[in-house]
Amino acid sequence: MSNMITVHDLRKSFGSLEVLKGIDAEVKESEVVCVIGPSGSGKSTFLRCLNLLEEITSGSVEIDGEQLTDPSTDINKLRTKVGMVFQHFNLFPHMTVLDNITLGPIKVKELTKEEAEKEALPLLDKVGLSDKADVYPESLSGGQKQRVAIARALAMNPAVMLFDEPTSALDPELVGDVLEVMKSLAKEGMTMVVVTHEMGFAKEVGDRVIFMDEGVIMEEGNPIQLFDNPQNPRTQSFLSKIL
Amino acid sequence: MLDAILQSHYIQSLPSLMVGLGMTLFITIIGLILGFVLGAFAGLGRLSKNKWINGICSVYVEVVRGTPILAQVLFIYMVVSEQYLGFNIDKVIAAILAITINAGAYIAEIVRGAVHSIDKGQHEAGRTIGLTQNQTMRYIIWPQAIKRMIPPLGNQFIISLKDTSLFSVIAVGELLYMGRQYYNVTFAYFETLLMVCLLYLAITIPTSLILRRIERKLDV
Ligand SMILES: Nc1ncnc2c1ncn2[C@@H]1O[C@H](COP(=O)(O)OP(=O)(O)OP(=O)(O)O)[C@@H](O)[C@H]1O
Ligand SMILES: [Mg+2]
Repeated sequence: MSNMITVHDLRKSFGSLEVLKGIDAEVKESEVVCVIGPSGSGKSTFLRCLNLLEEITSGSVEIDGEQLTDPSTDINKLRTKVGMVFQHFNLFPHMTVLDNITLGPIKVKELTKEEAEKEALPLLDKVGLSDKADVYPESLSGGQKQRVAIARALAMNPAVMLFDEPTSALDPELVGDVLEVMKSLAKEGMTMVVVTHEMGFAKEVGDRVIFMDEGVIMEEGNPIQLFDNPQNPRTQSFLSKIL
Repeated sequence: MLDAILQSHYIQSLPSLMVGLGMTLFITIIGLILGFVLGAFAGLGRLSKNKWINGICSVYVEVVRGTPILAQVLFIYMVVSEQYLGFNIDKVIAAILAITINAGAYIAEIVRGAVHSIDKGQHEAGRTIGLTQNQTMRYIIWPQAIKRMIPPLGNQFIISLKDTSLFSVIAVGELLYMGRQYYNVTFAYFETLLMVCLLYLAITIPTSLILRRIERKLDV
């Protein structure tokens, strides 16, 4: 299968602080890659470079055959191919759930309101929130908000979905519903990069786990191997702390 | 008895004071509408990454906030119009201009503060679904920010309304000026100034009360 994401020698600095120190990574079509690592190791920054929420200092990122840093790339168009789900949901509080989901399709893909809503309703159904179309985000639980955020990202028909600790702001009893939705996405063949410490999810759904530390990929491999039999001492020490 | 009241300066001054109040409201409202447009541009300009735009807007805001409005109106009326334009612009226009420029600087800070207070994640979520910078501002940031601007804008209305009293120095027929005209003839200082103050309060107190209600509503 072809590569959906190809990252070569990606570097990112904030001022004099180099946060990503040369990342090489590939994600194949329909692959689910989980990224783990200590706080401050650059996981979020790496993810944010994949849709240019952070400017890339050097190196190259190719998504679905398009170079992100190529000046001729239409970055707004490319971003519609890369869905992103944030730790803190970032739903638009002044819009109903349905409007949150249809805003992108209407303004970016230029669908009519009716067309956009017709596409949005099955997505809401998919995340189990058909009855919430007309409510405002403030009345939803964290888990429901995150599922709306997933539906909002899916409404753009992305080729890749990025998740940055999608369940870590949730009460434990709400985590399951969100993971279920992510699992079903994976089953449908969505290409996913997921920063998460949900070991169970990584083992069950992940095709590969990447362990990042201090801005580099220290180790990567099959989830079961990496979690149960880590090779790198840094990985071993990290896993012993979080397990 | 009734006759005595009707003949008192409290009542006799009212017709001309009401005309003054009308002028005060006219200058304040037109000045603030224009000031909001100016302030919105200047406020967004101060959030811009472009050094020049940012610099010009910052200088404007700091200069206006750092000088008294009385000096500003005299500058507009005496210096700019008399010396450089060579003719007197209408006093009312000078007054409106002064409110626009003065309030514009404070409103710029209100706009900047409100836009700045919107969580960074909102902007990122907008960009992530493919919206352009402008679309993100228009559909996501601005509608949320404008709600937060309402209380401080109402406050600015009260401040600017009171500031118009300074325009009596250039003989604009606003409320305080009309009061001065009246007591210069009648020497009824107490009655006239009491009525002037009551008329200011008749606008400012209800405005404050409405604002407080809006604020409470926006909080929940
Ligand atoms: N906008 C920024 N400006 C300056 N430094 C930043 C910025 N964003 C991130 N950093 C720094 O980059 C480093 C990596 O941050 P990043 O958020 O990518 O880590 P992370 O692995 O996602 O951590 P966590 O598990 O806590 O989310 C940190 O040292 C952080 O302070
Ligand atoms: Mg992070």
